[in-house]
Amino acid sequence: MGRYVIRRLLQMIPVFIGTTFLIFMMVWALPGDPFAGKCGDRPCPESYVQAMTAKFNLDEPWYVQYGLYMANLLQGDFGETFAGVQVIDELTQAYPVTFKLTVIAILFEIVIGVGAGVLTGLRRGGFLDNLVLISTLFVISIPIFVIGYTLQLLLGVNLGLFPVTGREGTVYALILPAFVLASATLAYVARVMRTNLIENLRSDYVRTATAKGLARRRVVGVHTLRNSLIPVITLIGADFGALLGGAIVTEGIFNINGVGGLIYRSIRLREFALVTGAVTVLVIVFLLVNLIVDLLYAALDPRIRYD
Amino acid sequence: MATTDTFPVPEATAAGHAPLLEVDNLQVEFRTRDGVAKAVNGVSYSVEEGETLAVLGESGSGKSVTAQAIMGILDSPPGFVTGGAVRFRGQDLLSLPEDERRAYRGRSISMIFQDALSALNPVFTVGWQIGEMFRVHEGLSKKDGRARAMDLMEQVRIPAARERVDDYPHQFSGGMRQRIMIAMAIALDPDVLIADEPTTALDVTVQAQIMDLLRDLQRERKMGLILITHDLGVVADVADKISVMYAGRIMEKAQVGDIYAAPAHPYTKGLLESIPRVDLKGQDLAAIKGLPPSLTRIPPGCEFNPRCPYVQPICLEKRPPLLDVVPGRSSACHFAQEVLDGSL
Amino acid sequence: MTDPHSLSPHPTGATADTLEVEAGEGPLGGAVVPAAQDKPRSLASDAWHDLRRSPIFITASVIIVIFVVMAAFPGLFTNKDPYFCDLNLSRQGPSAGAWFGYDLQGCDVYARTIYGARASILVGVLTTTAVTLSGALFGMIGGFYGGWADSVVSRVTDIFFGIPLLLGGILVLSSFPSGVGTPEWQTIGKVVLALAILGWTSLARIMRSTVIQVKQADYVQAARALGGGAPRILRAHVLPNAVTPVIVYATIVLGIFIGAEATLSFLGIGLQPPVISWGVAIDDGATYFRQSPHMLLFPGGFLVLTVLAFIMLGDAVRDAFDPRLR
Repeated sequence: MGRYVIRRLLQMIPVFIGTTFLIFMMVWALPGDPFAGKCGDRPCPESYVQAMTAKFNLDEPWYVQYGLYMANLLQGDFGETFAGVQVIDELTQAYPVTFKLTVIAILFEIVIGVGAGVLTGLRRGGFLDNLVLISTLFVISIPIFVIGYTLQLLLGVNLGLFPVTGREGTVYALILPAFVLASATLAYVARVMRTNLIENLRSDYVRTATAKGLARRRVVGVHTLRNSLIPVITLIGADFGALLGGAIVTEGIFNINGVGGLIYRSIRLREFALVTGAVTVLVIVFLLVNLIVDLLYAALDPRIRYD
Repeated sequence: MATTDTFPVPEATAAGHAPLLEVDNLQVEFRTRDGVAKAVNGVSYSVEEGETLAVLGESGSGKSVTAQAIMGILDSPPGFVTGGAVRFRGQDLLSLPEDERRAYRGRSISMIFQDALSALNPVFTVGWQIGEMFRVHEGLSKKDGRARAMDLMEQVRIPAARERVDDYPHQFSGGMRQRIMIAMAIALDPDVLIADEPTTALDVTVQAQIMDLLRDLQRERKMGLILITHDLGVVADVADKISVMYAGRIMEKAQVGDIYAAPAHPYTKGLLESIPRVDLKGQDLAAIKGLPPSLTRIPPGCEFNPRCPYVQPICLEKRPPLLDVVPGRSSACHFAQEVLDGSL
Repeated sequence: MTDPHSLSPHPTGATADTLEVEAGEGPLGGAVVPAAQDKPRSLASDAWHDLRRSPIFITASVIIVIFVVMAAFPGLFTNKDPYFCDLNLSRQGPSAGAWFGYDLQGCDVYARTIYGARASILVGVLTTTAVTLSGALFGMIGGFYGGWADSVVSRVTDIFFGIPLLLGGILVLSSFPSGVGTPEWQTIGKVVLALAILGWTSLARIMRSTVIQVKQADYVQAARALGGGAPRILRAHVLPNAVTPVIVYATIVLGIFIGAEATLSFLGIGLQPPVISWGVAIDDGATYFRQSPHMLLFPGGFLVLTVLAFIMLGDAVRDAFDPRLR
């Protein structure tokens, strides 16, 4: 297992370098004026241009630029707005709420998604099965902001069940936005869990387990569940990227002062230095989460470990 | 001559006690989009303590489905048992409710399967899986279950058993995995062991080892062994009696020695003749022409008539019942006597 | 990085199924040898046979056709001008004269929704085409040639996979923002580019694994042994097998891209006025959503219907071609 961990970490490095390089290229190094639009609708003030040019060494060849960019990143410097505010400071203030929101969302994904998947995987073709299949299809197709506004209107305004904004940052206030955030992934999880369970129930080792005289409940609960859950973990990890993107929309709709809300407002204000800096952080977080999920996957599936 | 399809049970009826395991006129159908397939069409056989019954047949003959019906692990839907009985020491298992029936599985009747890699759960250690038999059925603790698993692994001759008890199935070779399955199956000392093509997926040398192991275990524990296979070579060494199946029915029943010397059914004859022999090297291989029928469209009359080299008009009209040819041997052929004599 | 299809509604672990009919053994054991009265049914004709009967397939196709026609010929659906706005009518609800009411500027929501179809569907189609061609090309190269070509393709795919679609789109569009003055084709082009840069990876992976699977098949080995060169094998053997999973995925991803454009436009970073798309319309309608929900709900409804139709279509085709569900 240790060898596997080291191997994954090593594999991570080129991807990390590559991805940050890609971001760097997209943001700063493509042909054209790198300052276009980074200061709102006006052209950037000369002082900013000079300061940024010096800071990011935009006069230097691109590889030097990239090297220095990476050095900055690793020191936690993600740039600053033209007003001189450090991106990293804004992020430090904003991330706790987003962290809470994300955790609640993932809990929703696991509990409701896996639960629905198991129930429908066991009882195929019933009313519940069709209901879940159709509703998950809907949820996957409806863009998150439509779900967000609709639920906000129905449950928040009309029925008054949940606060309409998450401004307070309390857990209760975050439940509805977290559910909206989790909705698409939740639907995927339910479907994948269902498919996996059905396939695993058809497998040979289930036949063996039944032939061993084990009760159905044990065969399903112990033998198939573990096998079916493993791909779901990977799914949640991979979909985490969509979750981060969705957080921007959700925090915007529900007025939450997290990282997503920060990005949402900055886009509106056309504060693109902040946007790119914050999104870069999110991408890095995504890479790290993927790494953790990969390791978790190996911990659960012995076939991977001993390859 | 009896006029039913049931195997006339020799000494058992004479002694007045029920056979250890008896399949009596079993019928199983599969309901699919393409029609209803009669996978098992009136099959009867039995096995006693310490006895090995080989059930021989090609793919699609119904031999595995019969075994699954015995164990009660048939995929249902699309498979359904539509007639007959399966009696263990006289008790008809098919008439029991599921939880009572489950009590027999693993404890009284066990089964091992062909592909040990897919038949074992990949995410649990072999010690855990073997130990499960003890933990679930006998309430042993994890530690004790693991200890018993180690013992069993040694009994099935897995080298370095004590070190390998916490390994996973994919870390073993094919032959070792099969031994692990055998260990799981004999853990609770069952009376009957059904082995569904246990050596088909293995190398020839490993095959021999596994068959030796099965034979030794059977002798030690006085189990009844039902060996399902399509390989005539395996049968000769191990089995006492043999039932040959084709298209869901039994075509011939005999003691093993008798059948190799002189088959009483054209299908058995064809199978024996199609075995490649060193002394016939250079000649054409005598294969049975044609293919087994689709079970949704079984030909009228004798199921074998499209492929039988001795087919006569009556074969196309009347289905031959399984009748005694000589005492102790039965065959489902209108001309069984002639095949036996060699006059055909 | 592990490889789930996070964009695909039900990843099954296996990425692509080989599509040869399994001759020989049916579950009944009997040989699948056609008797005189049996017509051999290939997987494709079986699938098409099922599809024609599937209500999902038919409904989805009808919806898509309607919207495509709407995108191409908006004039057929309305004779109102989407750009004609009368502030006096601001935020009025649906009425006989204006079925969907008026938006904040007093523009006819129905007209804007109809005309909005064009940009939304155009972005979807263009992005999907770009992504399918590039992804399939990379996947084919990596899968077929193996060796270091495959390593390069795989590493590049991993790198691009590291950037989620929405986040990457925001990054690209933040760096080349469009404003009110940007010409329409440029705005649309940028959004297409932003999505396409990141969206090709899943298709590349699907193509790659299909190619690898097919490459190992016996009949391809035979073709190579008989002297078949790479282009011929690709064309005659690999492509026909790869076509179906790629088409299934492309259909689904089309729906996803339409949704993604709407989200980007909603955030204010995708298409900008005066370009009309459903996302832009929804963004306009969002501010006063509670007071005048109609401004958001109608374009939102059209958006949902279209995305749903594409995803359902892809699902139906996939299920029809899945040999395991027979």
